[in-house]
Amino acid sequence: MQANPQLDKEGKLQHLLSIEGLPAPVLTQILDTAASFVGVTEREVKKVPLLRGKAIFNLFFEPSTRTRTTFEIAAKRLSADVVNLNISTSSQTKGESLLDTIDNLSAMHADMFIVRHAESGAPYLIARHLRPGIHVINAGDGRHAHPTQALLDMYTIRHYKKEFRDLRVAIVGDLLHSRVARSQVHALSILGVPEIRVVAPKTLLPAQVERLGVHVFHDMAEGLRDVDVVLMLRLQNERMQGALLPSAQEYFKYYGLTPDKLARARPDAIVMHPGPMNRGVEIDSAVADGPQSVILPQVTFGIAVRMAVMSILAGSSPPAAND
Amino acid sequence: MSAADLPDAETLVRRLLEQLREVIGPETALVGIRTGGAWLAERLHRELGIGVPLGTLDVSFYRDDYERRGLKTDVKPSEIPFDVEGRDILLIDDVLYTGRTIRAAVNELFDYGRPARIRLATLVDRGGRELPVAAAFVGAVISLPGGENINLERDAEGRFRLSVMRP
Repeated sequence: MQANPQLDKEGKLQHLLSIEGLPAPVLTQILDTAASFVGVTEREVKKVPLLRGKAIFNLFFEPSTRTRTTFEIAAKRLSADVVNLNISTSSQTKGESLLDTIDNLSAMHADMFIVRHAESGAPYLIARHLRPGIHVINAGDGRHAHPTQALLDMYTIRHYKKEFRDLRVAIVGDLLHSRVARSQVHALSILGVPEIRVVAPKTLLPAQVERLGVHVFHDMAEGLRDVDVVLMLRLQNERMQGALLPSAQEYFKYYGLTPDKLARARPDAIVMHPGPMNRGVEIDSAVADGPQSVILPQVTFGIAVRMAVMSILAGSSPPAAND
Repeated sequence: MSAADLPDAETLVRRLLEQLREVIGPETALVGIRTGGAWLAERLHRELGIGVPLGTLDVSFYRDDYERRGLKTDVKPSEIPFDVEGRDILLIDDVLYTGRTIRAAVNELFDYGRPARIRLATLVDRGGRELPVAAAFVGAVISLPGGENINLERDAEGRFRLSVMRP
């Protein structure tokens, strides 16, 4: 078996590329560290000096305002210097290759890259290319993974439900195109959630999804029965154009989360969404703004979780030669 | 130094209590540094009957050896449940050595506000300072070879004991 490229020989996290294959203690350490950073972000001075003097490059080959902003805030609260690069509008159009871009930025003494890319695996390519001591965080690659989103979801679940071991969790929506869902399934199963359900029409489920150890439901009312956590996915509007779905109205009727459908879940069930939401498509405003929604706390926790990942990675650099 | 030569921790706690009784006012707040200092602060806070809620610091995010050692795996949240601005603070640690932990703790406190005064109380001062830090209240001064460390332990009944750790 090939070693996990995210871990060094001592099992310390060097890059965060995917949740898949990470040991439970690594995930738990990230969540525990994030809990301490939540306290920091509630103070008068919301910064700690941990990454003072470090240069972090936000490398977004695909547009994203929200995720990029949360990484930027997280890095600044750790006192790092942050550079934002939207490559889709810059050197890629001039024909520079991905690794040339990385070499150039490394020559500017980057300590960490936050990478979002439309191609699955691009962050792996970058991580392999870099010399030891420079770290990569995957901020979403193609349909593959979005590990920090899954971690902040796990943080939110733990915050409200305390333990993972007795939970029933349903993931609802477009699993076929969702890197978030893939990362969520891995994280939930590593952390010991005994029952993971996926709820979606056949056309929006990856082939052989059962192999991930999930229970498949096509009827949403059935799929939400007695669950503790509902993880909604964003339905990307561009998917409407193809033959996958008849219309947004039709989708909402069968797979939109309404108060009626949510009533099938446990009364204390929480509702989550990675944002941005399509109100009236995958979620009803009455639910999104309702008492069971924890969508805004997710955003707040997301900053602390990203601070935790960055500080664990930057602290695992190999020691200097004469140390 | 062997364990037999170490002073009795409970005696040192009583000595510290005597000194602190003289100096605490109604606005004095206690802040313990995790882990040993937080235990000690818990005891002092109770026995001194201090009204301001007890504060606890985990200085991991302020340490100067992060570059070399990384983040420890069990960082706990710092909790400062009172307004630091203008406060008279007694910072509590179990063992005072290089002074680097204290430097980190003082920096962290200032990110909560500007205290009127910070004084340091420690159960044991073992010398070996690398920064200009001094404790105002000390249980005992002990000299110890560089490689050794003194550790505060707390048993199930909450009684304290000192031990020596060799690398």
